[in-house]
Amino acid sequence: MILHTPLDERVLGLHAGDRILLSGTIFTARDRAHERMLSEGIPFDPRGAVIYHSGPLVKEGRIVAAGPTTSARLDPFTPPLIEAGVRGVIGKGGMGADVAQALVGRGIYLAFTGGCAALAASRMRLKGVIWEDLGMAEAIWIIELNELPLVVGIDAHGRSLYAEVHRTAERAFAEREYGKDAIC
Amino acid sequence: MYHPHLAEICDALKKATISAFTEAECVLPPDVREAIRRSAECERDPVAQQELKNILDNVEIAASNRVPICQDTGVPVCYLTLPPQIPFCNEILEAIGKGVEEATELVPLRPNVVDPCTRENRGKNVGAGMPLIHVSTADCLSITAFPKGAGSENLSRIAMLLPAERERIVDFVVETMLIAGGRPCPPVILGVGIGSTFEGVAALAKLALLEPVTDMDPFERALCDAVNRLGIGPMGLGGETTALAVKVKRADCHTASLPVAVNVQCWACRRARVVVEGPF
Repeated sequence: MILHTPLDERVLGLHAGDRILLSGTIFTARDRAHERMLSEGIPFDPRGAVIYHSGPLVKEGRIVAAGPTTSARLDPFTPPLIEAGVRGVIGKGGMGADVAQALVGRGIYLAFTGGCAALAASRMRLKGVIWEDLGMAEAIWIIELNELPLVVGIDAHGRSLYAEVHRTAERAFAEREYGKDAIC
Repeated sequence: MYHPHLAEICDALKKATISAFTEAECVLPPDVREAIRRSAECERDPVAQQELKNILDNVEIAASNRVPICQDTGVPVCYLTLPPQIPFCNEILEAIGKGVEEATELVPLRPNVVDPCTRENRGKNVGAGMPLIHVSTADCLSITAFPKGAGSENLSRIAMLLPAERERIVDFVVETMLIAGGRPCPPVILGVGIGSTFEGVAALAKLALLEPVTDMDPFERALCDAVNRLGIGPMGLGGETTALAVKVKRADCHTASLPVAVNVQCWACRRARVVVEGPF
C-alpha cells in the first residue's frame, strides 16, 4: 500500500505489522528539535504531518545518509505533537506505552530499518531546512520522500509489535533450557 | 634508532588508514553480507523478511554509490600490526590519527568524537585516546578500520563471574540480548570475551567481532541458537534472526576469576584491513 503525506484518517485503520510505502513531505527531528518544538511551537503545519527521527548527513544540499535514530529517547516529547495533529512518526526501536496510548485513534508509529541510511537517502530529495542553528544532526530537514518501505510498529488501536515481541522474549528467557554445547 | 624511511612509511600508513575507513564505511564485508542473505532465506515472517531485504538493498546502494552504510559512522577503532623492522613510535600513531581526520572530510564521516564531560565536539573524530589503536606484531604493516556505532556499543556488558559459574556464561550472553531487545539494530553479532582480566576481557570481546561470522564452533553455535530463541528478530519486530553469529575469544585468567564480556554489534559489522606494501 502506498501512503502520501499529509496522512488522512485512513491510516487509523492500519494494523501493527502492515507494510506500507510512504511518499510526500516529512520533517526530521531529534532531541533538540523536539525540545524547541515544545517550548516555541511546531514550525510547520502539524495536521497529518509525519516526523522522522533522524539526523541526516547532508553535503552540498544533498542527503548523503539518513537512517533512523532510536525513537525511545523522544518518548517524553511525542504525545503533545500527536495531540497537535501529527499523524505519523518514523523511527527505529519503537516507543513507550505513553506514546502508544497517545496514538490511539490519532496516528501510527512507522518502523524504518535501522542502519539503512543509504537506502533512505536514495528515496529522498531535500526541500529545505528549519532551525539550522541546531546543527546538521539536530536541525529539522524538510524532505520529499519517494516510496520509503516502512512497517506499522504501533497502530492506532493501541497494539505495539515491540511490546508483543518483548513479552515473547521474556517468556522464552524464563523458560530457557540449554544443551551441553552451551557450557564453556 | 629511527627507521631511515619513517616519513614515507607514515605517509603510506596515513593513506592506508583513509582507504581502510572508506572501505569499511561503504562496503559491508562479504561474510556479513552472506550471513544476512542466509537469514533472509530462512525467515518466514513477512515483516522480518522486509527488514532483511531493506538491509541487503541498503548494503548494495552504499557500495555502488560509495556512501556510508549507516549515518552513525561510529568512533574510529583501529587494529595496527607492526613488522619487526618498523619502530613502534608516536609518529606511527599520529599517522593513523591524521588518516582518520582526512577520512572524516573525504568519506565523509559524521563527527562523533566528543569530550566525555564537556561534550565538546572538535569535528575531526580525533581527540584524547581517539582513534583507539590496538597494536600487535606481525610480518607486515597493516591497519584494520573497525568503526563502532553507539547504538549497539551502549548495550554491551561485562561480568566478573565466579570460577564455579561457567554454566552462567550462556545466561549472561542471552540476558544481554534480552535487555538490548530491538535497540542495537538486530540482527546483531555478539563478540564474547571469556577470561583475561577486567579490561582484557572487553578487548577480547571486541577482537572476536573481527572474526568471520559465517563460521561458528559448537559452543558459538549453541550461544547463537540460545539468543535466537528469544524471537526478538530484525529490528525488534519479531522473527528468527536476532543474532547472525556469536563469536568467542578466550584468554587465561586468575584462578579465582571468570571475567565475561559481551560486545554487541549491529548488523553493520563494518571492518576493512589494508596492508601497506614495502619494501621498508
